[in-house]
Amino acid sequence: MDIIVLVKQTFDTEEKIVLQDGAVSEDGVKFVVNPYDEYAIEQAIQIRDELGGKVTVVSVGPERAAEALRTALAMGADEAVLISDDSLAAADESAISRVLAAYAGQRSYDLILGGNFSVDNGAGQVAVRLAQLLGIPHVSSVTKLELSGGSATAHRDAEGDVEIVETPLPALFTAQQGLNEPRYPSLQGIMKAKKKPFAQLALSDLGLSGADVQPAVSRVSLSLPPQRLSGKVLKGDIASQATELVQLLRSEAKVI
Amino acid sequence: MSQTFVVVAETRGGKLRQVSLETAAAASLSAQPDDRIAAVLLGSGVSAFAGELAAAGVSTVYVVDHPALEAYRPDAYLAALRKVFEHVPPDAVYLGHTAIGRDLAPAVAAALDAGQISDVTAIERKGDRVVFTRPLYAGKAFEKKTFERGPWVVTVRPNNIKAIEADGSPCETVTVDYPAPSLRSVVKDVVKKMSGKIDLAEAKIIVSGGRGVKSADGFKPLEALAAVLGGAVGASRGACDAGYCDYALQIGQTGKVVTPELYIACGISGAIQHLAGMSSSRVIVAINKDPEAPIFKVADYGIVGDLFEVVPLLTEEFRKLL
Repeated sequence: MDIIVLVKQTFDTEEKIVLQDGAVSEDGVKFVVNPYDEYAIEQAIQIRDELGGKVTVVSVGPERAAEALRTALAMGADEAVLISDDSLAAADESAISRVLAAYAGQRSYDLILGGNFSVDNGAGQVAVRLAQLLGIPHVSSVTKLELSGGSATAHRDAEGDVEIVETPLPALFTAQQGLNEPRYPSLQGIMKAKKKPFAQLALSDLGLSGADVQPAVSRVSLSLPPQRLSGKVLKGDIASQATELVQLLRSEAKVI
Repeated sequence: MSQTFVVVAETRGGKLRQVSLETAAAASLSAQPDDRIAAVLLGSGVSAFAGELAAAGVSTVYVVDHPALEAYRPDAYLAALRKVFEHVPPDAVYLGHTAIGRDLAPAVAAALDAGQISDVTAIERKGDRVVFTRPLYAGKAFEKKTFERGPWVVTVRPNNIKAIEADGSPCETVTVDYPAPSLRSVVKDVVKKMSGKIDLAEAKIIVSGGRGVKSADGFKPLEALAAVLGGAVGASRGACDAGYCDYALQIGQTGKVVTPELYIACGISGAIQHLAGMSSSRVIVAINKDPEAPIFKVADYGIVGDLFEVVPLLTEEFRKLL
């Protein structure tokens, strides 16, 4: 089973956002593997361990994203590919999916796994776009994935309902929480990771140029949400607080 | 030149979804007076809802009514949309940011070679440009985006853009033939765990539990309160990780981002990643034993106390009132 896993490096979810010169400051920020991608990496490793094959983790991003790929290698992935290029600085989801399609088009694969969305941009576009560009079926937001023969059965989370979908391979799946328990890299895994193949590619290595990654959307501005002010903490015995709260929600906040 | 906006409407539980009316309103906000707004209804037995879309400036509703479209499948829905696009080539396609919209929109965008702006919470026209506001980091920051070229694909977050109420304007309905294509994926079964329940993203009121609920049974008082209020039950990552509830309920930067009218946080301390997912709620109530819990910093109203004591009292009070 030849598996490609799409990986993005993101801010840790406990990080606060600070703006500097109209951009999000990266000063002192802890970077992690996008939490949804961790499920995808774990699933790929489990499938390989059961059925054999190879897991390649791929990221399109800046040089620092190499760290996320090394984490994936330390978890147990076999090879890493970082696609990094100055022309990708303003890339949108359409451009990034085109880059990934060019990469996947150069090689063979049975399965592509990714996260349901990234916890930074949260647009949830790249993986599904990639499946469409490659002309393979996809199932998104998967909480269970079983392979047998040339097909896969996936449980898809659809707003709390579960759809059980069968699809032939090659196919693309995006991971939802609950798919598995991602492992932590072991010390041995971290040592081994240093010797695993790690390729860095530029757009030209994929037969692409800056003209192929012109974004269709651009950012106009960036801002922080208005700070919420802490309100009233009620006083008195619990029963009267409950009564007061219900009255406040009706007469003052007017939400009931 | 006049542009054509196509709104992909959805039904759920035998009703047209509120978010679909909001999405039609979003298209109206984006459009200029001579632009045309059409809507699409895909599914089985959905023709009846066409009339409800005759608001928000929708002039034509294209209906693809076919048993093959009863359960959502990206292949089948995309093939049906392609049929519709033969009748009405779109300059922009608008969908709700729902389970279907999140999955279908990027496929449509790739098929049309379009840019996409996801999870839009506000729209403003600035001269020739339309500027879209959307959250980053689940709402820790917001960005404004615009399209550099067409066509456009936009997904609209529920509960943020005000729907235009149906006014009974005349609206043409066009039935589109759909020779069901041979499909690669098959939906074997759908396990309805949420039947009759309100979807979190669309809920006007959410009662949410954290580690403080202590067990799966600990959610029962929260469910009772949500039932009285006609709301939905949510949870923090702490409660989900502890196995008290399904991950489908999780609210936060991992999980769902929600913007209800009223958010009642019970036994939730207020980790940054949880606050990101609910801080844009209109009114926040916090119930926690720990007066120092960070959740009180974002709450409009707080009760320092044991949720197992407070929540049943609230349920009683609301029952008397409602």
